[in-house]
Amino acid sequence: MADGAVSTASTAGLTAHILVPDRLDAHLVAAPGEVMAVIGPNGAGKTTLLRALAGLVPMAGSVTVSGRSWTDPPVLVRDRNVGLVFQDQSLFPHLSALDNVAFGLRARGVARADAEATARSWLARFGIAELAARRPRELSGGQAQRVAIARALAPEPALLLLDEPFGGLDVGVATTLRVELARHLASYAGIALLVTHDALDALTLADRVLVLDEGRVAQTGSPQEVAARPRTDHVARLVGLNVIREDDVFRSFSPSAVTVSLGQPEGSARHRWRGTVVSVAPHGDAVRILVAADRELIADVTPAATAELGLVPGREVWLSVKETAVRTYARAPG
Amino acid sequence: MTTRADARPARASTLGRPPLVLVVPGGIAAALLVLPLVSLVLDTPWGGFLDQLRTQAVRDALRITALASAVTVVACLLLGTPLAWLLARVDFRGRALLRAAVAVPLVLPPVVAGVALVSALGRNGLLGSVLRETTGVTLPYTTTAVVIAHTFVSMPFYVLSVEGALRASGERYDVVAATLGADRWTTFRRVTLPLAMPGVLAGSVLAWARSLGEFGATITFAGNYPGTTQTMPSLIYQTLQADPEVARTLSMILLVASVAILAALRNRWLTAP
Repeated sequence: MADGAVSTASTAGLTAHILVPDRLDAHLVAAPGEVMAVIGPNGAGKTTLLRALAGLVPMAGSVTVSGRSWTDPPVLVRDRNVGLVFQDQSLFPHLSALDNVAFGLRARGVARADAEATARSWLARFGIAELAARRPRELSGGQAQRVAIARALAPEPALLLLDEPFGGLDVGVATTLRVELARHLASYAGIALLVTHDALDALTLADRVLVLDEGRVAQTGSPQEVAARPRTDHVARLVGLNVIREDDVFRSFSPSAVTVSLGQPEGSARHRWRGTVVSVAPHGDAVRILVAADRELIADVTPAATAELGLVPGREVWLSVKETAVRTYARAPG
Repeated sequence: MTTRADARPARASTLGRPPLVLVVPGGIAAALLVLPLVSLVLDTPWGGFLDQLRTQAVRDALRITALASAVTVVACLLLGTPLAWLLARVDFRGRALLRAAVAVPLVLPPVVAGVALVSALGRNGLLGSVLRETTGVTLPYTTTAVVIAHTFVSMPFYVLSVEGALRASGERYDVVAATLGADRWTTFRRVTLPLAMPGVLAGSVLAWARSLGEFGATITFAGNYPGTTQTMPSLIYQTLQADPEVARTLSMILLVASVAILAALRNRWLTAP
């Protein structure tokens, strides 16, 4: 099955090996209509990956989209048929929302009246038709990002690249926009890559998740797989799991399975660590503490226990977890 | 002017009186800048002002000055804008050197600029001799020479202003335009140039003002012939020796024109960040 999916994608979808010296060495494959979330810590190469696909970063390797190579011979940025959505929107400040959305169509030779009609319909799809005449500085953050996404989608790109489209927006605005984007992505025939810091984006918008770590692909899989069996500390932290790497396997356990004590724990707990509390923060009904041991671990404790044990940053504590609460899975190559 | 100077110390009074060591030299500098203009206004024989405007020499000089400064601005727009774009956006060998060379006329004594123009475009100049042999055209002492001299001394102001604006607005929007499928010419027309408009406007005004006052390079390269190459500054210089009163009237005309433009554009770009 896996092989079949790859060969289909290589003719109709995206196949790429992005090689940017000292920054990025990543293979990726995506089928048409697929939404792939790209997650990873800062500096992992997420934005570089998007910019390389768009042709904005010099790269070695190869990019093939819909059976056409973009790298051999090299294809200019303007001929790549990508839609790029920037975190800061980067709307043309001197053009109205309508002209911003129509820009890509006009640049590709669509007559003015047709381009404007299409742009108008895109603004309507995003529920901001009445803002057509406004300049970017007269738009709120959420409105501007809607215009930016509409601008990227209007020329019907083969590849839609979204670089943290909800970054810098209020939580409420981001939530609304996430729901809207999910709807638009569902009807979008091309391939979408979504760089995000937010586990929620990956879980709600993506068909597949690609985890980057230090310029390499650490993991790919469905959002559910990645969330249940994270292979990097970053993803573990995003989805709220502790992950320990041991030789050929990963071991993960939930923060609520961790027991916190001041003295060395006795009894059957096989895994135990001594460390210092780094931070204490409310997490739902519980209190989540971050402890620096030989690795960073998170534990959820009750507010009563927090007070009883005097858990404040700097406190020395013991953490332990029962073997029965630990899930073990193979450490297959990325 | 005076009310403003009075208002400033009052505003800063919580910090104490401005020290004399700054007030005195500052006052001298202000007097040096303001007094000559005030005395020019006071000395101008306003009675004969309109009569002066009607003499043939003045009308010719006004026409040539207006023509030369207008053509200079157009030449800056048509030729200087692409040069500024090349300097700001294209990474080519010798770019730093070219940028330095473009800036040289800014600091060059105008009479040296005139001599340089003669050696390039004079009858026996590097290009001038070729031009004369192939087409029979000689440039010196023609109205064309006036325009060339004006453009030579004014263009650097324009190019540096526009290049600065292009650099300030950055390549970011050029990149956005490229991802939307725009070629570089489309990007230039629809994105780069509109965003650099404040620089274009400021550069045009600087070039125009420089052209209006141009004297040294013009008189060296184009001479001072009434009706063909005599500009307002040349005429003023010539008249000053024979009839200072008329010279003051003519100077007043240039002063009024300069201040009018400055006032008209003040809100457009002088107050811009």
